[in-house]
Amino acid sequence: MGILEVKGINKRFGGLQALGNVNLSVAENTTHAIIGPNGAGKSTLLNVLIGKLIPDSGSVMFDGQSVLGRKPHEINQMGISRVFQTPEIFGDLTVFENVMIPCFAKRDGPFRMHAIESIFAEKGIQEQAEGILSDVNMLEKRHMTASSLSRGDKRRLEMAMCLVQDPKLLLLDEPTAGMARADTQNTIALLKEIREKRNITMAIIEHDMNVVFSLAERITVLAQGMPLVEDIPENIKGHPKVREAYLGEAQV
Amino acid sequence: MFGLEKKDARLLLLVATMAMFAPFLLNPFPEGSAMAQFNAGYPDLMQRFVIFGILAIGFNILFGLTGYLSFGHAAFLGVGSYAAIWSMKLVTMNIIPAIILAVIVAGAFALIVGYISLRRSGIYFSILTLAFAQMSYSLAYSVLTPITGGETGLQIKAHDTPLLDRALEAGQIGRANLFGFEMSNSVQLQLGGWEFTFNLGYYIAAIVMLGAFYLAIRIFRSPFGMMLRAVKSNQQRMNYAGLSPKPYTLAAFVISGMYAGLAGGLMVAMDTQVGPERMFWTASGEIVIMVILGGAGTLLGPVLGAGFIKYFENIISKINETILHSWFAFLPDGLEDFVVAMVYPFIGKGWHLTLGIMFMLVVIFLPGGLVQGGQKIAGLFQRRKSADAAKPNATEPAE
Repeated sequence: MGILEVKGINKRFGGLQALGNVNLSVAENTTHAIIGPNGAGKSTLLNVLIGKLIPDSGSVMFDGQSVLGRKPHEINQMGISRVFQTPEIFGDLTVFENVMIPCFAKRDGPFRMHAIESIFAEKGIQEQAEGILSDVNMLEKRHMTASSLSRGDKRRLEMAMCLVQDPKLLLLDEPTAGMARADTQNTIALLKEIREKRNITMAIIEHDMNVVFSLAERITVLAQGMPLVEDIPENIKGHPKVREAYLGEAQV
Repeated sequence: MFGLEKKDARLLLLVATMAMFAPFLLNPFPEGSAMAQFNAGYPDLMQRFVIFGILAIGFNILFGLTGYLSFGHAAFLGVGSYAAIWSMKLVTMNIIPAIILAVIVAGAFALIVGYISLRRSGIYFSILTLAFAQMSYSLAYSVLTPITGGETGLQIKAHDTPLLDRALEAGQIGRANLFGFEMSNSVQLQLGGWEFTFNLGYYIAAIVMLGAFYLAIRIFRSPFGMMLRAVKSNQQRMNYAGLSPKPYTLAAFVISGMYAGLAGGLMVAMDTQVGPERMFWTASGEIVIMVILGGAGTLLGPVLGAGFIKYFENIISKINETILHSWFAFLPDGLEDFVVAMVYPFIGKGWHLTLGIMFMLVVIFLPGGLVQGGQKIAGLFQRRKSADAAKPNATEPAE
């Protein structure tokens, strides 16, 4: 039984069957990639996982509890963190503040009125934030405004914001989309390092095969809203159905 | 000091010093001189400086931090005022219970308005708050006349019998007091040609303002304040970081409503009367302009903006044609009339025109408000200083 169990998810948008009877099981402590050509339903599936979309039928269980119908912040409090395609960070705040906010969320829950205490008095939170920033090599940039960071640094910062909460599951939505080759390699290295250092479960949605095959321990292939195959990377590479799904268009 | 960082403590001390010495600072020109009309050191105006300062500080906690632009804060000011005057009518003419009640009632009202208005964001939120404020104004003006006194408003009259005070004589109008001391009590100090007025009401309001300012600094520097800035910056990320933005925004809304109630209560304490025009939408607009003019999201900005606007409202509107003629008397006759005719629209009742132009200039050239202007000037000096300091080392290689 995996930490994330998706069973029989169906989702229609008008006449389009975006997801048809999708089953997915992400085992604890693995990196699970979800791949598929454009329009395969990867993003729809992700949006179901994080509570943004409610499926027409099916169930999503995380750690023994249903995710469906919960608000995004409740899902995060259950232990799921998400990295977005374009990094979602607090652009007006400093790097340090960006990392402190998820620390407070983890410690105090979705809302707590700390209106009089000074931030500077929160030693525990500060240490936590400093620790994660040094883990991603951004400690010297702590006083910079987040919006002034480079694209790659924004991605690292977002990753740090997710990791500092010590999530049970980290969802990554095309973490290298639109990145230069060097940045992509850096991100792969960063993710590998995270995977080795922290026993964290990751689910990656990705286009870039290079990224997928360097990281994933299991791969699910989606095509036209249906799960095509699920297997280890070695078997996926040469799988005829996968080739067909990806290259089918090219043969026309 | 006071649990503040050094920089903030210095700012608080600066504001405290300015507030305490305001009767001197605002009266730089000797009595009877041509410039004396630019003096602002009289009790009525000084009280308004600090009371509107409180209002702007509170508004800034909502608008400056979360970015939610409320266009109805005058409603909380008005509700606070009505609550204060009813406390005086029914219980005692002492200002302390009146002000406390004003804060509580305004806070409760803000909770209701905020809960409903915060279902929407952006322009729709602004319109909802505006609608609430205009509804409050209309209610106070007509339907709720038994409570609000309608168009004429409320005063303390002889037939009001506060529970703890002795009754007024017929025809006497009640004045708020603090344990028997009336707010209009003043001490005059003559120094050479200068005359300085120390007014009890002003000092009480100033101390309350300093307390409000101190609290605002604490909120700005707290985790709660950081969350409010996060609301402004990226609500999506906030949600996915496990935080619920709405209660944070609502709390900020209620706090700023309580600040407005405090200001409303103080207004009644200084001048024991209230009318519905206090809740009119132009009053709400004025608060917005104060904060933007001074610098939204900064600590000092709202206070500066409030002072700036109240100064120009009172000083420029006092200038009339005769005064203009006396200023430009040195010019040849025809030219004098021409210059006076050109300047005339900007003074007296036309002071809004001057304010509008200044507002446009600030928003276009100093989007960070007067505070940004101050920083730019300070930066200019610092650069010169560091350039001077760098000269002796010019021969050494740069790092």
